[in-house]
Amino acid sequence: MTIREALPILGFLVVAVLVSLFVTSNVVLNFLVFTLILAIAAQGWNLLGGYGGQYSFGHAAFFGMGAYVSAILQQRFGVNAYPAVAFGMVAAALLGYAIGAMVFRAGLRGSYFALVTLAFAEVLRILANATEITGGAAGLLISLNLGAGNLQFANRSSFLILAAVLLALAMLMTLAVEKSRIGAQLVAVRENEAAAAALGVDILAVKLRAISLSAGLTGAAGALYAQYFLYIDSNIAFGTWISVEALLAPIIGGAGTVFGPLIGALILQGLSEGTKMLIGKIPGVDLIIFGALLILVVRFPLHRIPGVIAARWRGKGAP
Amino acid sequence: MGYPPEILLEAVANGLLMGAVYGLVALGLTLVYGVLHIINFAHGALLTLAMYAAFVAHGAFGLDPYAAMIPLAGLFFVLGYLVQRLVIGPASRGDDSNMLLVTLGLSIIIENAMLAIFRSDTMTLRLPYAMSMVELGDVLLSVPRLIGFGVTLLLAALLFVLMTRTDTGRAIRAVAKERTGAALVGIDVAHIYAVTFGIGTACLAIAACLLLPSFYVSPRVGNAFVLVAFTIVVLGGMGSVTGALLGGLFIGVVESLSGLYFGDSLGQIGIFLIFILVLLLRPTGLFGARA
Repeated sequence: MTIREALPILGFLVVAVLVSLFVTSNVVLNFLVFTLILAIAAQGWNLLGGYGGQYSFGHAAFFGMGAYVSAILQQRFGVNAYPAVAFGMVAAALLGYAIGAMVFRAGLRGSYFALVTLAFAEVLRILANATEITGGAAGLLISLNLGAGNLQFANRSSFLILAAVLLALAMLMTLAVEKSRIGAQLVAVRENEAAAAALGVDILAVKLRAISLSAGLTGAAGALYAQYFLYIDSNIAFGTWISVEALLAPIIGGAGTVFGPLIGALILQGLSEGTKMLIGKIPGVDLIIFGALLILVVRFPLHRIPGVIAARWRGKGAP
Repeated sequence: MGYPPEILLEAVANGLLMGAVYGLVALGLTLVYGVLHIINFAHGALLTLAMYAAFVAHGAFGLDPYAAMIPLAGLFFVLGYLVQRLVIGPASRGDDSNMLLVTLGLSIIIENAMLAIFRSDTMTLRLPYAMSMVELGDVLLSVPRLIGFGVTLLLAALLFVLMTRTDTGRAIRAVAKERTGAALVGIDVAHIYAVTFGIGTACLAIAACLLLPSFYVSPRVGNAFVLVAFTIVVLGGMGSVTGALLGGLFIGVVESLSGLYFGDSLGQIGIFLIFILVLLLRPTGLFGARA
């Protein structure tokens, strides 16, 4: 990874900071923060699904793990928000490793992998709904305690910068993976697992690293979500909605590209808000459009265009 | 473990009855998997759609769910045929992960269309016979579930005849075994795919009519069944029809007993854990798979 390759990510950060300085509308800021949190979760999915070709239908497991661990540590054990968020991320990564160790060792891939990840997320959702430490069905509130030291901000623009910095870090990490040996191995596994194995790629090790990183990132998004809204329950944290959005955003924006998840999250959330403005709040209409968009993108793989442009832009930029 | 034997027996019996309908839902799924080799993620959403269709048939035309069974099965056969022919087939271009995504897209569309039209309230049909029971020895059995059990067995027998005794059935089995060979001897593979998908969807319409008298409808009701159906299919061996029925009965009993011992909300976990364990330890299924 060179500085030049990282320039678009820095550009994104500059734009985000400018927006946070000049935009005052809370509605817009709210929209952007939520979109960036989704983009981080989607970037996690992208590492495993986009680069590695392992389509998870249950990234809610990691999102919820990050959210619940950080919220429980703060609320039940009085841990400061910064280490709590970090622990949430680590717990999600460990969960990813544990699930990967079981599932990949059993040789599950393709549709089976998708289904078994979905089942893990559902098990966690039911457990979170029924146990006491998670607050059960009533959910868990993080008490309001404003201050940068508690990672709680009175104004949304500070949170926007925080989310943007974290997303930029996630994108830098993705770029570093893409340019590294493990990135190449991951793509080899996606394209042809048997051939990759024949060439000496340790398939299990590559997949395990990918799922741990992926889960950690999505877990960070979950912890950030809890920190922003200060409330989670089992249907938010482990619900299918986040599994679906984490998968849709990269696929629509360009799976296996650094900017795909951000572009996809912007398109999805933009569409969602747009339909709400146009036809009022009829529940589900935005998701109907998402579903149609997903089928169209699979039917006509135009979604590679942003990735192709990005690749060309990077290529032309070299002296 | 301190339940008297009558209660245990009743739980097992009711589990078996419920399991038969699960088996019917799983039957459609396993058929589609066996022939098209795709995991139809929209299966649960199509079941939801069928339940709303039966609900509307009752509300708008005063049609009893049992009377609506045959017309709805025909309607859903056509629907399934068209969905496979016009949407899933062309959009996925034979790629496994594409099919997964397209059927996910379909399920999102159907589920949210139901949400937009009917809102998220759960609705039930109030039928005079919904709560009627028959007494068999010490055991009370619900009549709608008993009917469901009977119809499922009848349908499974019909399906068996269709698959073994008719030209369409032979063509379906030929495509399932070797699609290139089937195409070479003049079988229209795209047509057979669509017919199979149609049969799977028709099974759902019948399952919906059997469920409706004793079950609620909501836009997400299919989700409650879809993982159960996947569990059954995995348990019975992907593509195996008898496996789906046996798996359905087994899961029905497991659900009923774990509900008895752990309560309804935790009881569901039993099914997911079985699903995960079977996939991890014995992905070919417990009842011997037929690939």
